[in-house]
Amino acid sequence: MSKAKLKILTSSLAGCFGCHMSLLDMDERWLELADLVELVRSPLVDTRSQSRCDIGLIEGGLCNEENIHLLLEFREQCKILVAVGACAINGGVPALRNRYSVADCLEAVYLHGLNVTQPQIPSDAELPLLTDKVYPLQEWVKVDYSLPGCPPPADAFFQLISALHDGREPDLNYVNRHFD
Amino acid sequence: MNKQIIIDGEVVTYRPGQTLIQAARESGIYIPHLCYQPGYHAIGSCRVCMVKVNGRWASACTTLAAEGQVIDNRTLEVDAHRKQIVQMLFVEGNHYCPYCEKSGECDLQATAYELNMQEDHFQHLYPHRSLDTSHAEVWLDRDRCILCGLCVQASAEQDNKHLFTLGGRGTATQLLVNSSSGQLGETNISAADEAVAVCPVGALMKKQSIYSRRSGERTYDKTPISKLEFKA
Amino acid sequence: MIVSIANEYSVPVSEVRAIIDFYHFLSDKKNADYHFYFSNNIIDKMAHSDLLVLQLGERLNSIIQQDPSRVCLDETSCIGLADHAPAALVNGRPLPALNPQSIEEVAELVALGRPLDHWPAHLFQVRTRICRRSWLLNMSLPPGESLLSWQTKGSATILQELQASQLRGRGGAGFATALKWRSCEEQHSGEKYVICNADEGEPGTFKDRVMLSEHSDWLWEGMTLCAATVGASKGFLYLRAEYAYLLPQLETSLQVRRDTGWLGAALKERLGFEFDIQIVLGAGAYICGEESALLESLEGKRGIPRIRPPFPTISGYLRQPTVVNNVETFIHAAAIISKGSDSFLQLGTTQSKGTQLLSISGDCQRPGVYEYAFGETVEQILSDCGADEVQAVQIGGPSGQLLGPQSFHLTLGYEALGGSGSLMIFNHRRSLIEVVNNFTNFFAFESCGFCTPCRVGTALNQRMLTRLHLKQLRQHEIQLLEESVRLMQNSSHCGLGQSAGNSILNLLHDFPETVEQLLNTIGDDNEARLVQALQPAVQLRKS
Repeated sequence: MSKAKLKILTSSLAGCFGCHMSLLDMDERWLELADLVELVRSPLVDTRSQSRCDIGLIEGGLCNEENIHLLLEFREQCKILVAVGACAINGGVPALRNRYSVADCLEAVYLHGLNVTQPQIPSDAELPLLTDKVYPLQEWVKVDYSLPGCPPPADAFFQLISALHDGREPDLNYVNRHFD
Repeated sequence: MNKQIIIDGEVVTYRPGQTLIQAARESGIYIPHLCYQPGYHAIGSCRVCMVKVNGRWASACTTLAAEGQVIDNRTLEVDAHRKQIVQMLFVEGNHYCPYCEKSGECDLQATAYELNMQEDHFQHLYPHRSLDTSHAEVWLDRDRCILCGLCVQASAEQDNKHLFTLGGRGTATQLLVNSSSGQLGETNISAADEAVAVCPVGALMKKQSIYSRRSGERTYDKTPISKLEFKA
Repeated sequence: MIVSIANEYSVPVSEVRAIIDFYHFLSDKKNADYHFYFSNNIIDKMAHSDLLVLQLGERLNSIIQQDPSRVCLDETSCIGLADHAPAALVNGRPLPALNPQSIEEVAELVALGRPLDHWPAHLFQVRTRICRRSWLLNMSLPPGESLLSWQTKGSATILQELQASQLRGRGGAGFATALKWRSCEEQHSGEKYVICNADEGEPGTFKDRVMLSEHSDWLWEGMTLCAATVGASKGFLYLRAEYAYLLPQLETSLQVRRDTGWLGAALKERLGFEFDIQIVLGAGAYICGEESALLESLEGKRGIPRIRPPFPTISGYLRQPTVVNNVETFIHAAAIISKGSDSFLQLGTTQSKGTQLLSISGDCQRPGVYEYAFGETVEQILSDCGADEVQAVQIGGPSGQLLGPQSFHLTLGYEALGGSGSLMIFNHRRSLIEVVNNFTNFFAFESCGFCTPCRVGTALNQRMLTRLHLKQLRQHEIQLLEESVRLMQNSSHCGLGQSAGNSILNLLHDFPETVEQLLNTIGDDNEARLVQALQPAVQLRKS
């Protein structure tokens, strides 16, 4: 364990943060990991380092321009990019909207939604524009590894990170290999 | 008289007329498969059971066993090939495993686990397919249909109802329901039909019996499909 | 309507729907008064068919808006008129060699509501362009000549002679004709059938159309010879729907044969066996050129290729012993038996004897049908048809190979270039990605959808090629493209899927500079792609 600590970035794009919760589910094993890794950019810590990272763990797919800009940035920043969870891998639940047009989606929510009192489609320039459909990460950048699951089990994160730290090819054993 | 072939170095006996998958099965050897199920005619459409016979690719469910065959089944090369075919099935439909009622009981998903599939690899097609909830007992979710044709056979030959046909072509191929409106509600399908039971995915589902087993306790949660194939 | 058809034929409603959805020319709606199908093959596109479609669309726009049941502008896969590109069909009739003037004329006639029978004949005029004749096309083949030879020598000798000639199928697969006939002849049970595959769907191919127009009698002779040899009494010509306009003249030529005693009941008296031929029309499905899919189609089903073995000679039409051969193959067989195989054997190469008909189209001065002995170089052929500055040729149709100048020394024949007879020529001004993209679209449209690798692979290839065309595909995705093609080659149920990616691999491996220029280097076009992806939301914000 004398190797340098792996610098890790985590982020949730069009996801629900469930994968991050699962990451936290490693509980006391985080103590073990603390010797191996360092979170340098993540919603779980306060730092937002722009420096080069070893591993980027990206939860969620891509549903708006901000997601895409961030992902392109992460790809540049990280040596190894990991698609974490169903949404990052195949769009997941957000991709349910792929059978509707953007207009249909926004109208359904902001014009015809339940309890809408002032029907209007938000157009504040600060709001990121939605993409035509929800994309998985691999459609915009090269993805090096994937952790399937909704969310992936805490143990799967542990298997992946320790393998990368030890320079082994990551793999998941059967019980950690599930899509739900 | 029994004759012999070799599968992954193991001698397997077969009876003339048996396909590779039948012969393998009788010897307790698992060859991944989806559109073929024991008791049904093999149509050879899913191509998941591809093996290498004396160096040449062939589908195990439609190739007859013959003297002199040396077969690669669970080699790295063959399984990698199969995994990509399963990945094609995943990107072709809309397979929302996270909330699918069939998760943990689904042969497509279990085959993906068996082949160590961890991502979908190819570009998703996100097709627009229709959902049919018009029947009281059974619903048809075409998003999850892999066009294996098992329900077509089951409904025609076991249920004697002829309720399904595969129609269209290319990626527009879809399961059609035999009623004037094309809806299940107009048919005499029943939740007890073999056509429903045989569906390897969550396309034909019984209503009011979903999520009956907890995650972790479902068929494929802990045991791979290759092991379950030979259990009772 | 679907329900009444189902009742009439006592089949499930879903079967009727399945068939309608499968065949491109079938619909559950009434056809428009003028239903146009523009051929969308690359050769037609190169001849600006897109502009002509736009022109006609603009001219007829008000009519279509007013009453859509009057005019429909549609497109379809190659209609077998690449020597007359750009071409279209209107209500099944050919509109060859279209240009802005003829489109104006057509628009005018449609606007006037003039029935097709009253349109000027020149609009439908398909000229036969046989540009080079050799062993076969220089021949005169009097009706009955090969049949009299059969009468004298008997089936066993005919099969021996055919075998000695080493004739191989001209439809693409190149199976030995004598073996096929013998296998069928050896079956001792059931009614046998002889079927001619005239589903000439390989884009860029039209030589069968020319033979059907010019030498249908030779075809009837070949089919009848086959029937005599194998012992069949019923024959079918499976004619692609795109050639339906040939039907009247084909029926006439069949009737002439019956009237002169070379077909039908009269044959019984003359030669001691009965045989007649019925023409059956396809309905728009390239896959039906695959012989077992053709049989399914002939039986009234979707054209899904069967599991083989058993082969058609043992279990074919209605599960009876059946010979299925291509138009040119039957004609060659009749010619060989009539004239003997010596002169045939003197032509060609070790594994490819005799001559072959080539449909030549694209960038050359003289498109048309050329007869060459096997062994001719691509280079010589290009010079014969007047093709300059050739960047690449596609030989054998989209399922064949895309060759660059480094391969023009290769020769016709089953050894190297395969046996299917077409050559499409692309000069230096053409974009090869457009060519291969066109082929890829074709396969995605024509995949029967039965097996996973072909159904999904053709769709994936289509998307990836489109992105390559738009310079949106990244280097690492080229690997995905190759994997998809390899998967299709290794695992597809039939030849369509196995060969659908050939031209893609040719492009990737043999034209690296072209591909290099198209690849998206990091970051390059992400902006452009993002702009495209945000388009709907931007529109919405504006409105």
